[in-house]
Amino acid sequence: MAIEPRTRRERLTLNILLSPTLFWLIFFFAIPLVIILILSFLDNSPNGRIVWNIQLDNYIRFADQLYIKIFIRSFFIALITTIICLLIGYPMAYWMANQSLKKRNTFLLLIMLPFWTNFVIRTYAWKMLLARQGQINQLLIALKIIDEDNVHTFLNTNAAVIMGLIYIWVVAMVLACFASISGLDRSLLEAAQDLFANPARTFLRVTLPLTLPGIVSGSILVFVPSFGAFVTPDMLGGGKADMIGNLISQQFGESLDWPFGSAISAILMIVMLFGTLLYFRGLRSGEAQS
Amino acid sequence: MGKPAVELVDVVKRFGDVVAVNDVSLKVEDGEFFSLLGPSGCGKTTSLRMIAGLETATEGDILLRGETMLGIPPFKRPVNTVFQNYALFPHLNVERNVSFGLEMKKIPKEEIETRVVEALEMVRMPDMAKRRPNQLSGGQQQRIALARALVNRPEVLLLDEPLGALDLKLRKAMQIELKQLQEQVGITFIYVTHDQEEALTMSDRIAVMHDGNVLQIGSPEEIYEQPINRFVAGFIGETNFLEGTVNQINGKTIDVSLDEHTIVKAHSNSSAHKGQKVGVAIRPEKISLASTGMIQGQILEIIYIGTDTRYIIRLKDDTSVTVREQNLNRIQSNKYQRGDEVGMNWDPAHALVLTE
Repeated sequence: MAIEPRTRRERLTLNILLSPTLFWLIFFFAIPLVIILILSFLDNSPNGRIVWNIQLDNYIRFADQLYIKIFIRSFFIALITTIICLLIGYPMAYWMANQSLKKRNTFLLLIMLPFWTNFVIRTYAWKMLLARQGQINQLLIALKIIDEDNVHTFLNTNAAVIMGLIYIWVVAMVLACFASISGLDRSLLEAAQDLFANPARTFLRVTLPLTLPGIVSGSILVFVPSFGAFVTPDMLGGGKADMIGNLISQQFGESLDWPFGSAISAILMIVMLFGTLLYFRGLRSGEAQS
Repeated sequence: MGKPAVELVDVVKRFGDVVAVNDVSLKVEDGEFFSLLGPSGCGKTTSLRMIAGLETATEGDILLRGETMLGIPPFKRPVNTVFQNYALFPHLNVERNVSFGLEMKKIPKEEIETRVVEALEMVRMPDMAKRRPNQLSGGQQQRIALARALVNRPEVLLLDEPLGALDLKLRKAMQIELKQLQEQVGITFIYVTHDQEEALTMSDRIAVMHDGNVLQIGSPEEIYEQPINRFVAGFIGETNFLEGTVNQINGKTIDVSLDEHTIVKAHSNSSAHKGQKVGVAIRPEKISLASTGMIQGQILEIIYIGTDTRYIIRLKDDTSVTVREQNLNRIQSNKYQRGDEVGMNWDPAHALVLTE
């Protein structure tokens, strides 16, 4: 019996400690999510007023070729972004993890430094660099690689969007991979070498499988926000519903069709949720095989 | 006898300004259980890692069966290592850990299977094949690490304090098992340890290292009975040192005067000259107590430790001497009392004159 007040007190302490988090999650995550889900089944009047008429039209409407195309394009832009981020981020993280502790901290600081500048401003800077009269074209002219009448159009292309997304999200990939690689036990690499594995095979058979969690979390950290991105495609891609994020923002903005916007959000969310689950499952079965 | 399994020739290893291994030369014979023994920082692990190829020697040469290993990367050397922390691959099960080296050598699959089973039986872990390393106890991991190295049938097996993380009882059992295993497979073992008792128990020969130098190489008996200097005498087992001057030399027996009235007899392997300052090293178990003896002292402490009783005796000049008497009779503890004046005697052949 003496234990009873103690557990009650502990429970109370726990509740008090967790309440800000719970409050935050309920009011800023769960409730908006429910609102979106409900909205997605409602109807919209032409003047943008929501009509309480539960139906599936918003979802059926998305099956249009136009929207599917945007969806698929968004998927591939996010996929290419993730792959390039991985190709840049992993070697960079690997190199950083092999530096002395002092150097490591310096590089980590340098990598996070751009975050102190607003992301919209940084994207604007890219817009200027990539413009027809921008610095990149000027440099190419100065180097006599192209002539003045024949400047490249960088802006408002998928490549520009991918580049902008890589620029923003590669840091997440570097940090996720770095955490994983720097935690790797060096003696395992020595053991592999001692057991006749050359550097390439040591990497493939030991380093890579053991740093896979970093690759996975880094990929999710890059892919998910890239898939739903809207500021970058808006500024570097021309802003005409290039990606699914722009389409959603359009529905909540110009088109004033909140139920349709909510339906697209819900679809995006469900696809990413299942995609992530499948990704994890695939990894686990791959791991079980090895 | 053929070429030595491993030979180190004037090997030096420097890390920046720090000299880890200073001009080490030694030969390990084929099929030998050879230990590198010394306190931490003496260069024993660095020496082992240079043989494995995980460190590169700054100077000198390392030969395996007469062939130089300079410039040959670790994955091309016919040696395998049992690491101190075992370094088992956490993402692979026991079977895949053990087969790793064979897979890298592209051994046919059927052969790998039989050799892995054999290796696991050899370390008495046949049922653990499907377990993950984190599902094993420290002792079990140690056995798997051993199997993973031995399965490759290396020319030389390198062991870096493999029993260091085990508790005392398990360690003692493993010492005997390892020694038996080594005799059974006939592979040359180079064993790094800081535990002198472990080295004495298992080794055919021991190299005692200190500050990057090899001080003495010999069988356990040679190292224990005939240490060449004070460090070896002090590091291996327990030793009393009596300071004195050489008084008279009669062949190998030397009279050493400790003070004006006390002269003790001791044995010398090296040449000493009259008047030279020397130390006389005597093991505690080689001294017997009597009412009068070569030297006199007062009992400071009597410690009963079951098999033996240890007496700590203070001499006139304040040096203390430890004497160890076996408890052959049942009641022996009250033979002497604290504060008693006693004499100490020994066979001059068991007291060693050390000049350095």
